[in-house]
Amino acid sequence: MKQWRFEVSNKAGFPDVHGESVLEDVKELGINTVEMVHSARVFLIEGGIDDGFAKRIAEELLTDMVCEDYYIGRSGAPAGPSMATLIEVHLKSGVTDPVAESVTAAIGDMGVAAEHVRTARKYVLLGTLNDSQKETIARRALANDCIEDVIYGSDEEPPSPHTKAYELDVKEIAIRNIDDDSLVSVSKSMDLFLNLREMQTIQAHYKDLEREPTDIELETLAQTWSEHCVHKTLTSSVDMEMDGEITHYDNLLKDTVFKATKDLDKDWCISVFADNAGVVGFDDETAVCFKVETHNHPSALDPYGGAATGIGGVIRDPMGTGMGAKPIANTDIFCFGMPDKKLSEIPKGVLHPKRVMKGVVNGVRDYGNRMGIPTVNGAIYFDDRYMANPLVFCGNVGLVPNDKCFKNEKSGDVVMVVGGKTGRDGIHGATFSSGQMTHEHEDIFSHAVQIGNPIVEKKMLDTLLVARDLDLYESITDCGAGGLSSAVGEMGEKLGAEVDLEKVPLKYAGLNHTEIWISEAQERMVIAVRPEKVDEISELFASEDVEATVIGKFTDDKKLTLKYNGVQVGQLDMEFLHNGICKYSRQATWKSPELSEPNIAEKGNYNDDLLAILGSYNVASKEWIIRQYDHEVQGGSVVKPLTGVCNDGPSDAAVVRPKYNSDKGIAISCGMNPMYGDIDPYWMALSGIDEAIRNIVCVGARPDRIAILDNFCWGDCTRPETLGSVVRASQACYDGAMAFEAPFISGKDSLNNEFLCDDGTEISIPPTLLISAMSIVDDVNKCVMMDAKESGNLLFAVGLTKNELGGSHYYKLSGQLGANVPTVNLKVAAETAKRIHKAITDGLVVSCHDCSEGGVAVALAEMAFAGGLGIKADLNGLAKSKDCVRNDGQLFSESNSRYIVEVQPGNFDKFAKLMLDIPFGQIGEVTDEKKLVIVSQDNKNVIDIEIDTLKEAWQKPLSL
Amino acid sequence: MENVKAIVMRAAGVNCDLETQFALEKAGASAERVHINRVIENPACLDEYQILVLPGGFSYGDDVAAGKILANQIVHHLADALNKFVADGKLLLGICNGFQILVKTGILPGFEGQAGANLIDQSVSITNNDSGKFEDRWIHLEPSSEKCVFINQGQRIYLPIAHGEGKLVTQNAAILEKLKSEGHVAFRYVDADGGFGEFPVNPNGSTDSIAGLTDSTGRVLGLMPHPERYVHNTQHPHWGRLKDRSEADGMTIFNNAVNYVRKNL
Repeated sequence: MKQWRFEVSNKAGFPDVHGESVLEDVKELGINTVEMVHSARVFLIEGGIDDGFAKRIAEELLTDMVCEDYYIGRSGAPAGPSMATLIEVHLKSGVTDPVAESVTAAIGDMGVAAEHVRTARKYVLLGTLNDSQKETIARRALANDCIEDVIYGSDEEPPSPHTKAYELDVKEIAIRNIDDDSLVSVSKSMDLFLNLREMQTIQAHYKDLEREPTDIELETLAQTWSEHCVHKTLTSSVDMEMDGEITHYDNLLKDTVFKATKDLDKDWCISVFADNAGVVGFDDETAVCFKVETHNHPSALDPYGGAATGIGGVIRDPMGTGMGAKPIANTDIFCFGMPDKKLSEIPKGVLHPKRVMKGVVNGVRDYGNRMGIPTVNGAIYFDDRYMANPLVFCGNVGLVPNDKCFKNEKSGDVVMVVGGKTGRDGIHGATFSSGQMTHEHEDIFSHAVQIGNPIVEKKMLDTLLVARDLDLYESITDCGAGGLSSAVGEMGEKLGAEVDLEKVPLKYAGLNHTEIWISEAQERMVIAVRPEKVDEISELFASEDVEATVIGKFTDDKKLTLKYNGVQVGQLDMEFLHNGICKYSRQATWKSPELSEPNIAEKGNYNDDLLAILGSYNVASKEWIIRQYDHEVQGGSVVKPLTGVCNDGPSDAAVVRPKYNSDKGIAISCGMNPMYGDIDPYWMALSGIDEAIRNIVCVGARPDRIAILDNFCWGDCTRPETLGSVVRASQACYDGAMAFEAPFISGKDSLNNEFLCDDGTEISIPPTLLISAMSIVDDVNKCVMMDAKESGNLLFAVGLTKNELGGSHYYKLSGQLGANVPTVNLKVAAETAKRIHKAITDGLVVSCHDCSEGGVAVALAEMAFAGGLGIKADLNGLAKSKDCVRNDGQLFSESNSRYIVEVQPGNFDKFAKLMLDIPFGQIGEVTDEKKLVIVSQDNKNVIDIEIDTLKEAWQKPLSL
Repeated sequence: MENVKAIVMRAAGVNCDLETQFALEKAGASAERVHINRVIENPACLDEYQILVLPGGFSYGDDVAAGKILANQIVHHLADALNKFVADGKLLLGICNGFQILVKTGILPGFEGQAGANLIDQSVSITNNDSGKFEDRWIHLEPSSEKCVFINQGQRIYLPIAHGEGKLVTQNAAILEKLKSEGHVAFRYVDADGGFGEFPVNPNGSTDSIAGLTDSTGRVLGLMPHPERYVHNTQHPHWGRLKDRSEADGMTIFNNAVNYVRKNL
């Protein structure tokens, strides 16, 4: 069959924005000889197409005839004085190609069936390049080896993949009579990531059964027992040694994080730590759920695809919660290496942090925006220890009717898989993400990267919500890590299930039965349907062009039975599968590091320090990223990520109004302070909780309805000292949740975030705990934003400023860590949050801003430039501890539980009365003079800067 | 006509259908969201509606180019139905992706005597923002056409844009001149005081700051900004600073549409 090739590129006179952006990336690689890059989209189409129809495809479908030209065939290098290099990037065989799918459908609309469509990208680089430069450009700027093939010049195009049908081949793995070393090598050679004890447990089980396991059985056990799926580290029993004392935890998570939720026993918690997301009450008809996941390892290999499927995956969590929630907001928090790192300092097998950042941002943007879910809250943290292990946290909030919060699958229900088809993508994602990364990972685990197609997920979502409201199914869960294996295995845990694997719709032929079972191909959900409703639900899905296929049934034998064309290929006891994993006991130790406070000379003026902190990557404006996310789709945004007179000040938290006819809102915030963890993970965790709560209280959310989520990202916890730092943080989670009466409702951990370099050195991430918070806003019309509103208004600093510069941005300026990490007075912190909230609901607060990174000075600067107004402040008015005597401490201390509040002069008395017995002081007022002036206790201007200068310093670093 | 009925046509990847339905209902219409497959199955179903809206989103992922696949589908399956809808004196509104579709079907600009969906005679298109990036930001719009029935003449409005492909381009200068002289330019991007400018005033580099087009009848409007995202006071990006909280600007488009149908149909 003839293959037609079409090249589409911009007409002269119309900018080639893609080519221009590639040119920038090439320059960033230090290659300055390229003068220009032309980009073209390439389509390879097979089918019964004649010349005339090919021309129609080119002109009516593929080319925008106003601003683009096409070429049928393969164009050569353009004539001209400059050397021209042709590079083409093709997707590897089996990688999802959404554009190809759309083009196939569109050619069908034109009346002809296309047999096969592929797409590629072509680049023409003008300028002198040697071969090694060409390869550098191809690998570092144009293509990702994990998912793409590169061809140079006139090299032949990769052949069209035509795979053969699979013929069943069931392998038995002989493990009953082999020694420990052989058990370990079986685990290794099959990429099971099961350790010796787990392999021994499986061996003993099969000895009892008097048979050998099949390949699919071992794979199923490996998926179900992976760290990613069962959190075997954090649920193990732990003996923690600290200061000579030993504390025992039967189950670390249950004794800390979960325990707080249990002890608090809030009646508004509907379903916590039980379903795919934690569910809490919203109003009389509706509940709200929230889940935050990480997608770290995939994002390290393929930042774009990894992050896109990260957000795509977490969206399916609320969709798979209860009978399915409607996603209403996304959050994203990233940790990257420093973006200005030299290429020579990047270890082998690691992508440059800037490329990781751009890829991750683009991935979240393209998936989140296409799903029509606003990305409303986030943060970015930079530290070189994240270079090889970037962290990508994606969160999703969903609304679910109160009577649809629980599932109801029964024996006899059929198992249906809906949404996307199954391909060979994402094999071993769950097990891979549970291990350490090495410089060879990009070669070995490229198949673990999944490629998303958001439109498949969007139409699946649209249809599922209709089906849910028609009561057409009884239970739902997402097909995420572990694929069908995890989804069906979990849903059938209490019943039993039988699956006919050959019925699963495939993207292409050739997948073996095990691949079908464990593929983590995206955009799939599993539902349980009563047999009498199968026809109706199938028709509904067909009417919206969404796949929905019966693949098996739920039984009552408490066994998981897997068949392929009627042949049984595996059978597992649900009990062994879900509860057979051995319990671990682990040792943890914690010894406080020996640290001291640095000796930094006092200065008369701190303008330069303030500008440097505002311009540091961690504090600087994230507008470049925020604007690429649609944060307003669904029409519910109340407090947007950027606010102020020019819509560019940093909001503390997001508020959305999820129902068009109600003024009730949901607020979302986060807190994270990895630098404090280098001093003590206990205070790091409490600071994170305090920060998330401050942020959410600042915008007007209720402090008595805060639900929080934990995401632990740590290094290798088989090291007792690493586990010890997890234990410290977990204990803080309990203490913080209890003090603020803010239960944890969901959480997730990602361990082994370490990288083994080719020279044998290991890079571990700093202990990183993300706290996400969600609360209720009774009336969104009372929400408060952080920008200074009017000259003459009074400014109060609420909360005590202490000598707590340990881990601060101020110390970081001089490369110091310090020792005095910010602590939290739990009683005062919780009470302060309540008082601030009372002041907001009483209408006394016109603006309110969290005082955190960079301290009082940064908070005042942000309020001033966001409001386009000046601020005059006096440190004499600051409520401070006795040991906080120096100006730099008062300006930059990052003490917790502090808020800056703007109050109209007429409300002074009311506000002061409300704050009585909480540490607070009037520190200044809003002025018309567009300057931030801060006067020291001895009446000197320690800060005196125009707000435009402050804003420029803050906006410049990340305006990429 | 008192009972105004609107249809919000959805398809795979359309994602502003719910808020658009709400805005129409707030303006007094009864509005239904209908999948394009139902309309293709029975194009006559359009007879019962007076306003048809193609809402924002990423129809079919914006694969190939924004709105292109859905435009192709409309031309091959619904061209007659949409042409009749407009010929019957009814209203057609395309927002963001809907605007891209109206341009890529050739329904807009709809010069006198050329109205109708076809893929051949496209003289105007919408392409990548000059920045090369998706942008979500608020912009000011100056109405520029006297015949467009959706517009409050003389009222500058403030709305958000959220798109990566919003730059309007014309085949040549003559087409641009024709757009202007024949009153097809519905809205132009301006600053708060009505002046023209570069980015971010003109957020995508659109030719002549054009943000929206109308056809020769004035009853078809396509625009990149999202009026359905500003129908409630708290949707304004800094509503906390506003003293005067009169009706949100986006409602003008929907109110005018509903009032037009009430008076004229």
